[in-house]
Amino acid sequence: MIRFEDVSVTYEGAAEPTVRGVDFEVPEGELVLLVGPSGVGKSTILGAVSGLVPHFTGGTLRGRVTVAGRDTRTHKPRELADVVGTVGQDPLSHFVTDTVEDELAYGMESLGLAPDVMRRRVEETLDLLGLADLRNRPIATLSGGQQQRVAIGSVLTPHPRVLVLDEPTSALDPAAAEEVLAVLQRLVHDLGTTVLLAEHRLERVIQYADQVAVLPAPGAPLQLGPPADMMAVSPVCPPVVELGRLAGWSPLPLTVRDARRRAAGLREQLAQPAGSRAAQPRGLRAPVPPRAAPDPKRGGTPQARAGDSAPASARTRRWLPLLRKNTAPPVTEPPTPALTAEVHAVSVRRARIQALRHIDLTITPGETLALMGRNGAGKSTLLNTLVGLIEPTGGSVSIGGRTPHRTPPPTLIRHVGLVPQEPRDLLHADTVAAECTAADRDAHATPGTCRALLSDLLPDTTGLTADIHPRDLSEGQRLTLALAVVLTARPPLLLLDEPTRGLDYAAKTRLVTLLRDLAADGHAIVLATHDVELAAELAHRVVLLADGEVIADGPTAEVVVSSPSFAPQITKILAPQQWLTVAQVRAALA
Amino acid sequence: MSDPTHPHRPAQLHPGAWWLWSLGLGTAATRTTNPLLLSLLIAASAYVVATCRSRTPGSHSYSAFLKLALAVLLIRLVFAVALGSPVPGTHVLVTLPELPLPHWAQGIRLGGRVTAESLLFAFYDGLKLAALLVCVGAANALANPSRLLKSLPGALYETGVAVVVALTFAPNLIADVQRLRAARRLRGRPDSGIRGLLQVGLPVLEGALERSVALAAAMDARGYGRTAEVPPAVRRTTAALTLGGLLGVCAGTYGLLTAEGGTYGLPLLLAGVAAALAGLRLGGRRSLRTRYRPDRWDARAWLVAGSGAAVAALLTVAADADPAALLPGVVPLVAPTLPLWPAAAVLLALLPALLAPKEPS
Repeated sequence: MIRFEDVSVTYEGAAEPTVRGVDFEVPEGELVLLVGPSGVGKSTILGAVSGLVPHFTGGTLRGRVTVAGRDTRTHKPRELADVVGTVGQDPLSHFVTDTVEDELAYGMESLGLAPDVMRRRVEETLDLLGLADLRNRPIATLSGGQQQRVAIGSVLTPHPRVLVLDEPTSALDPAAAEEVLAVLQRLVHDLGTTVLLAEHRLERVIQYADQVAVLPAPGAPLQLGPPADMMAVSPVCPPVVELGRLAGWSPLPLTVRDARRRAAGLREQLAQPAGSRAAQPRGLRAPVPPRAAPDPKRGGTPQARAGDSAPASARTRRWLPLLRKNTAPPVTEPPTPALTAEVHAVSVRRARIQALRHIDLTITPGETLALMGRNGAGKSTLLNTLVGLIEPTGGSVSIGGRTPHRTPPPTLIRHVGLVPQEPRDLLHADTVAAECTAADRDAHATPGTCRALLSDLLPDTTGLTADIHPRDLSEGQRLTLALAVVLTARPPLLLLDEPTRGLDYAAKTRLVTLLRDLAADGHAIVLATHDVELAAELAHRVVLLADGEVIADGPTAEVVVSSPSFAPQITKILAPQQWLTVAQVRAALA
Repeated sequence: MSDPTHPHRPAQLHPGAWWLWSLGLGTAATRTTNPLLLSLLIAASAYVVATCRSRTPGSHSYSAFLKLALAVLLIRLVFAVALGSPVPGTHVLVTLPELPLPHWAQGIRLGGRVTAESLLFAFYDGLKLAALLVCVGAANALANPSRLLKSLPGALYETGVAVVVALTFAPNLIADVQRLRAARRLRGRPDSGIRGLLQVGLPVLEGALERSVALAAAMDARGYGRTAEVPPAVRRTTAALTLGGLLGVCAGTYGLLTAEGGTYGLPLLLAGVAAALAGLRLGGRRSLRTRYRPDRWDARAWLVAGSGAAVAALLTVAADADPAALLPGVVPLVAPTLPLWPAAAVLLALLPALLAPKEPS
């Protein structure tokens, strides 16, 4: 159905081709998952299928791409519109009209289908995607998951034989992601649609794939094969596969169910030497604070974490003294009852919608807290309230004794820093160096602070020269730059909104190490995230929000284990034992 | 939000009907300066907007238009106070210090006497403009301009989409500015003031441009701009008809406006219009587009459009018949009276509130 024959793409001004020698074929009716680290050219391959590369992006495409027998060399994207449906990373930039029903019809109108056919297909698609209740809603008022479903629906109505999706679930909460994937599976099974999708969150999609195409490194040849075989060689893999590799299972399990059936032995092994392991510091089971602590929220944590971060690499240790210079209080001090932040009965009403209702929350130094909940539950609103961008309509917020929305920004950044969902918003300068200088000036820090922080956070600064434009950085590098900018003012409270969106596993691992060390250093960290694996690895405490209310607040292990949609894969596999991450299992087995 | 238990598309009135209704009201507003009539007109249109508008993002623009109208009225008054007014008046309210200007600026006066007459005149004049703006705002709130697009002839559709996409540029830009000013606050820089606004300017434009490119890519991939093969003869005829038609319209208009062209002006204009329309229709053959559930021009649409036209026509007639009531003088100062028949005519504008389908609440 889709055929790449020795394709290489070179963008204008680039010395090297972005992808080289790509040669594969996707048979009709298969769901093929394209995986690989960031920046290996996944989006380029997806774009080449719809003809947007090179017709729209420019550059040179060598070789030949055919879709349903049509050569993209001679067919423009609009002439492929009836066979290929494309949904990009950001559904909002995909919408042409403003209501759901019109959006579903738009593609068919362009293709000139008869009105009665259009009407029938719109109704079918509304049912298929569960959008019937939303048909008259303006798209701008929909949640992220709903928008993603509308975007998929809008390319489905012309009945394309090929569907190309770029990270369809990365912005979605676990439940919404499952909804979208269930729809894709239905299309593949019932309609025989061929689907090619790229996704960083493999744990969500790998089980649906018929074949996996791996791009191991920039310029490396693409390999295509059955998922289990490919996962054995892939540089990126979901926790379930990692556990399989650790336990030496072959073939590798791809689903929680597969792994559970094989995990009996592992469970036993983990349970048996309990006596010997109990002698070891419980801190091994990072990052769960000791359950025995009477109140994990109030001060027990810093010491617990001192144990946790002991195995942190020497590399990350190196920059800690730098941060520690002005950070008060030092970690080793006895736990201070002083709270980093206190939120009392906060309510926020915006545009006639009650975004937050009566939220009570305390954050202690050195604590990492994950805010979870479905799209639109109020996570970002809460973060924005903490950082003073939104004035609460009721209740009080206090960050280090100050009310955020009444504190002038230059003072506030010394108390709380937020890395927004789109880190690019924070970066205004033309070069990384200028950005660092500006950050030093804003924070009244000694010149060079930000730059030093950055080179410590990103030790492998190959390619990260000072005069590169922030926009040309990879997602992970940009996030780290934004983090360095925020950390320049050394705020004791650090907030991150969806930090792992668009990050590959390697960048995510780096981020986890980084944040763990910051927490060990006494920073309180609040993450709003849909990424259950991230929360499992990092958070001491999870707060679940629903409709602007706190519905659960407790240690990570307790909250996520009890929730089927928020439990990480390892927890599901090894239940009823409470393990959260592969790293914990590895440490226990060692 | 529409009611989820009411899955049917609300029977919408043809957007053209709303635009004709609003334009009718706007025309009526230009026929009078009577503040009572104008207020009645604004109230009538506001009532219709309040009862008939749908819950779309565009419908929230009405309050923006109201604010704009108020601003126009205030600016008109400020100008009348600061720059004086040609209206002679005897009731001096206050005398501002007058700024002496050099002789080459003789026609301009800064400061000086402010009379009640000049203020009142400026108020009447400003209110007329404000009423016009409110009418345009009503059309915007009642009928999304992009819905009007669906009724354009096929040949113009693509241009229309481009215009609508360009129009959504401004709201997106405002959202971007707000987001980036928030980001400035996160960097510890003051988020207000002109400097703050200027510094986010470049990133905002970059963001808007990137979004436009992404949208263009999405539209292309979804088949925007697909064309059908048409025989060269048809293509050539289309070009000839359109060009010839436009030339005819130009020449016809010239003929109508000059003194000696009275004989050939009107026929030439009509022929030109006919040729241009035929060209458009033929040009539509190149476009493959079909329309999904187009709005129908039904009896209600006729009545709504008709009520607007009736208000315009009746006030025009009234302005000729009774100029004293519709254009109340300010010298000497008199209290305006509400002329009964024109007021009744304005109330005709309320007809759509009874006719138009209402959003399920």
